Amino acid sequence: MPVRVIIPTPLRQYTGRKEFVEVEAKNVAEALANLTAQYGDLRRHLYTDDGKLRSFVNIYLGEEDIRYLQKDQTPLHDQDELSIVPSIAGGTKLRCICR
Amino acid sequence: MATLTATPTTVQLSKDEILRYSRHLIMPEVGMEGQLKLKAAKVLCVGTGGLGSPLALYLAAAGIGKLGIVDFDVVDFTNLQRQVIHGTSDVGRPKLHSARETIQEINPNVEVATYETRLTSENALDIIREYDIVADGTDNFPTRYLVNDACVLLGKPNVYGSIFRFEGQASVFYAKEGPCYRCLYPEPPPPGLVPSCAEGGVLGVLPGIIGCIQALQTIKLVLGKGQTLVGRLLLFDALNLKFRELKLRKNPECSICGADPTITELIDYEEFCGIRGEEHVTPSKVPEITPLEVKKMEDEQRPFVLIDVREPHEFQICRIPGSKLIPLGEVPRRMHELNSADDIVVHCRSGMRSAQAVEFLMKSGFRKIHNLKGGILAWSDEVDPSVPKY
Repeated sequence: MPVRVIIPTPLRQYTGRKEFVEVEAKNVAEALANLTAQYGDLRRHLYTDDGKLRSFVNIYLGEEDIRYLQKDQTPLHDQDELSIVPSIAGGTKLRCICR
Repeated sequence: MATLTATPTTVQLSKDEILRYSRHLIMPEVGMEGQLKLKAAKVLCVGTGGLGSPLALYLAAAGIGKLGIVDFDVVDFTNLQRQVIHGTSDVGRPKLHSARETIQEINPNVEVATYETRLTSENALDIIREYDIVADGTDNFPTRYLVNDACVLLGKPNVYGSIFRFEGQASVFYAKEGPCYRCLYPEPPPPGLVPSCAEGGVLGVLPGIIGCIQALQTIKLVLGKGQTLVGRLLLFDALNLKFRELKLRKNPECSICGADPTITELIDYEEFCGIRGEEHVTPSKVPEITPLEVKKMEDEQRPFVLIDVREPHEFQICRIPGSKLIPLGEVPRRMHELNSADDIVVHCRSGMRSAQAVEFLMKSGFRKIHNLKGGILAWSDEVDPSVPKY
């Protein structure tokens, strides 16, 4: 079942500038696993080293936060839209932190 | 929605003010009652930058009675593309001075209180306590968590906005009625995952739009009219001109506004955001060369290869003559274009990305390689002032 994952601006550099990616998945965990299998550099931005979703990244199914649905086991249906919504802060001075 | 300010009995509008606010007064949603609420309201704007400029301008024009503004910065040329409260003749002046002048030129009826300081854990509660609403226009993580926590502790609404390149977010965090920022994001990203200057930049109009949304939210909170963004996160994509809205829920386990809070007073926010001392950190100890030393090599016609690891759009802004562009991200796969027998100097804008490139190339066996200290900015300062800085 194809679902659409909307990629936020700060992470588009890891998806070849794509604004959304279509993946086949039955639930959220599978969708993100398929997404990061395609775009490996995304993984460390979404997950901690021990595989947990990072606390400054939220995943929404439609307009609902998956933390208040069934978390990463939230089932997906054909044409569902998942959004990755990280915290952003663009107003700081140019900070060259490139590690 | 609860009104923040009761209908004031102690303030009145003068004849001049009635004329000034006539387009508000003839709307039933504002009217005399609403305009008096605006005049009685006290709003704190944190920052007078990209978001803070339109915020303060529109709040002043709307007739907010007391506007507090917090900033410690000085206007520079790179601000003018979006920070419309400051002008060209203000470059070099404290932002608070130009902001105060602009506000008073727009509306001399506004009482302006200036705080020429960084908002800190030591002063935040004392400053914020005096105000009804806080509008956060700073857009950096330590101040954002500080403003959030101070507002939760004091029971004030926090009108939030944030921008990145061409994408913006806005909400109202008000723990009395809904979620706070920590309910949404319990922790900030570590600095290593914050985009570098290669991915920075912001479309100048974007903070104008998001800052105006913040001003609108603030005014509606004062009036007690309409629906505010409490419990909703507005996402704005300027490139595709799309607004989206997400539901925000109060996290029962939130560390500051949840049932059993672990944060009961302000903390060290620089430390919390992991950026203590960050400005002094260089990514690694790689061999460096100064712009003057490179100039000397050039003058003595000693052969070397100059590699620029910035992005192509930066290369279009300015370049050091004779340099070859290999963007940082392409260095691993284009390494074969370099000869480890050559003397190689690597540069970027300010020296951080190029240090990373040098570190990588040294691990790959390059030995005669140096990082240009201070990047093309230092080259402009020390060798060739005709190279523009950005």
